[in-house]
Amino acid sequence: MSVEAPAVRTVLAEDGVLLREGLAGLLERFGFEVAAAVGDAGALAAAVAEHRPRLVVTDIRMPPGFTDEGLRAAVALRREHPGLAVVALSQYVEQSYAADLLDSEGGRGVGYLLKERVADVQEFVGQLRRVLDGGTVVDPEVVRQLLRRNRDPLSRLSEREREVLGEIAEGHSNAAIAGRLHVSEAAVGKHIGNILAKLDLPPSDDVHRRVMAVLAYLRSGADRR
Amino acid sequence: MRTAAAGADRRGAAGGPPGARPRTMLQALGARRFLIGAWPWRALVHLATTPLSALFFGVPLFVLTLPLYLPAFLVAEAADGLAAAPSAGTVLALLASGVVLTAVFGPLMALPAGRLERFRLWLVDERDPGTGHRSPAEPGLWAWARLRYTESATWAELALLVLTAALFTPLSLGLAALGMLSVMLLAAPLLASEEVPMSVGPVRVEGAAEAVPLLPVGVLMLVAAVYAAGVLTGAHGVLARALLRDRGTAELRADLTEVTRSRARLVDAFESERRRIERDLHDGAQQRLVALSMQLGLARLDLPADSPAARSVAEAQEQAKRAIAELRELIRGIHPQVLTDRGLAAALPELADRSPVPVEVAAVPEERFPDHIEGTAYFVVSEALANVAKHSGAARAELSVRREGGALVVDVTDDGRGGADPANGTGLTGLADRVAVMDGRMLLSSPPGGPTVVRVELPCQ
Repeated sequence: MSVEAPAVRTVLAEDGVLLREGLAGLLERFGFEVAAAVGDAGALAAAVAEHRPRLVVTDIRMPPGFTDEGLRAAVALRREHPGLAVVALSQYVEQSYAADLLDSEGGRGVGYLLKERVADVQEFVGQLRRVLDGGTVVDPEVVRQLLRRNRDPLSRLSEREREVLGEIAEGHSNAAIAGRLHVSEAAVGKHIGNILAKLDLPPSDDVHRRVMAVLAYLRSGADRR
Repeated sequence: MRTAAAGADRRGAAGGPPGARPRTMLQALGARRFLIGAWPWRALVHLATTPLSALFFGVPLFVLTLPLYLPAFLVAEAADGLAAAPSAGTVLALLASGVVLTAVFGPLMALPAGRLERFRLWLVDERDPGTGHRSPAEPGLWAWARLRYTESATWAELALLVLTAALFTPLSLGLAALGMLSVMLLAAPLLASEEVPMSVGPVRVEGAAEAVPLLPVGVLMLVAAVYAAGVLTGAHGVLARALLRDRGTAELRADLTEVTRSRARLVDAFESERRRIERDLHDGAQQRLVALSMQLGLARLDLPADSPAARSVAEAQEQAKRAIAELRELIRGIHPQVLTDRGLAAALPELADRSPVPVEVAAVPEERFPDHIEGTAYFVVSEALANVAKHSGAARAELSVRREGGALVVDVTDDGRGGADPANGTGLTGLADRVAVMDGRMLLSSPPGGPTVVRVELPCQ
């Protein structure tokens, strides 16, 4: 992609050797500089302190406890290093993990993805770049689960509007949504206007602010239950 | 273990093994040194306190249940010609009210009397009889009273009280009189003189000289009285022990505790085995599949987009992704990670969100419970929601989890067609089994036409 830009310094944390090596190879192939590839949360914190990367890609479950060490490390790192982009990979979709990440530093420059998304190599790299640009990337599966609940305001949306809402929540621009749903950009703009109005959300052209508003709306629904 | 104990009891009844210290009055009676040990004194104390039980509890009981005996008096009076014979109705009414009064007041007298008898029993039998009473399952006076009025230990204590007051008290008093007589015979040489003659029973003693020949008689009578006291108190001890002892409940309780413990160990073992399998799958197969699909993704980059090779690789990658998704669902069914990490409060709402039927989550407590409780509660909700989706035809369901005293209560309600029956193999039996292992219970209400409510109660401290 952007071959001329300086390589993005990255620290990688993943306890499975096979996947760690594979991910490192993938990142380097796309012009990232993998400064360190480590296997646990403690080593991750040390590597970030040493290499000062712009991006951290980390597994959520790592030694020694094999619970959510990677997630807690990621949240702590974002507090210590403002502006550090973090993408957390998980074997499972868990809304509460996604919520922890989105709540850190206003949800800017953060991603929560299912591990298997790395298989769609180009899309995965695109998601990493969006996070590097300060965007928010939430796994479509999380969005799908949030959208599945049949609460009142959501049920007022048409099928098409729900589709568009899912795309917004995943952080796509109007143009990208138009491309993905095979409709005109103007139609997307109209849908978005309707959705935001129906959900009492502030109209906004800033993709990130829109994403955060939608996610906050969906998640507050999760808490209200 | 138990055989050995029974053997010891048999030896005890036969007078105890030679050299062993006697532990009951009857064992002590068989020992040669009975008269010079502590046992005669213990018999004396026991004998002296027997009328106390009768006085404090037997007499009030007698007064309170007087209608029970009145017919006998009335009939006796009529026989002596002192009064008209009572009518059959009067007799029956008196007897009935006597029985009722006994049922009401009997336990009130029997309980403290039983307590006193337990103390007294130690005097003649050092073996611990245990407590025949159970402890109430719930707090409060009502639960206590209900238990005490219905358990056999209370009525056994009443029987002991009646026997002690009506049989053992007169015998004790008679024996006391014999003892007094022998003591007086022994003291006669010192007390009697020609000026002050002494009457000892039928014998009239005038002066010390006449008293001396009576000394051997006094000694014999005293020895006989002491042995008789031993026999009488020993007999009371046997009776009291038989009536007061814990009828095997202590052993039974110990066995039950052990069964419960081993069952809990089994459940814990299952739970940790599930978590180990989950970990192994996560670290092994799942990891490899993700790495494989990534390698396939990288391979696709190097192939011309519409070449047959690219299509094959894309197909292979699709298969790998599907395997990953299936494996993920499998692992979630075994033991979801979010349950380990964050407990029911995080895991159950996510489970509800994945249900095809919309589920309203009313409440889930934030607190963490022991692993096996959380594992079972999660399994219950997962199975119940699967049932709702498969069989109920419901449009919506509701999930509520709360702590009620010492139990975690899970309710899954749906607005489906009802008529769920564990016999139809809808997974409800497996659910009930899983809950029973935890000492919990499952309640099902599913009238035709609905709604269906599955309630599960899991005890937790």
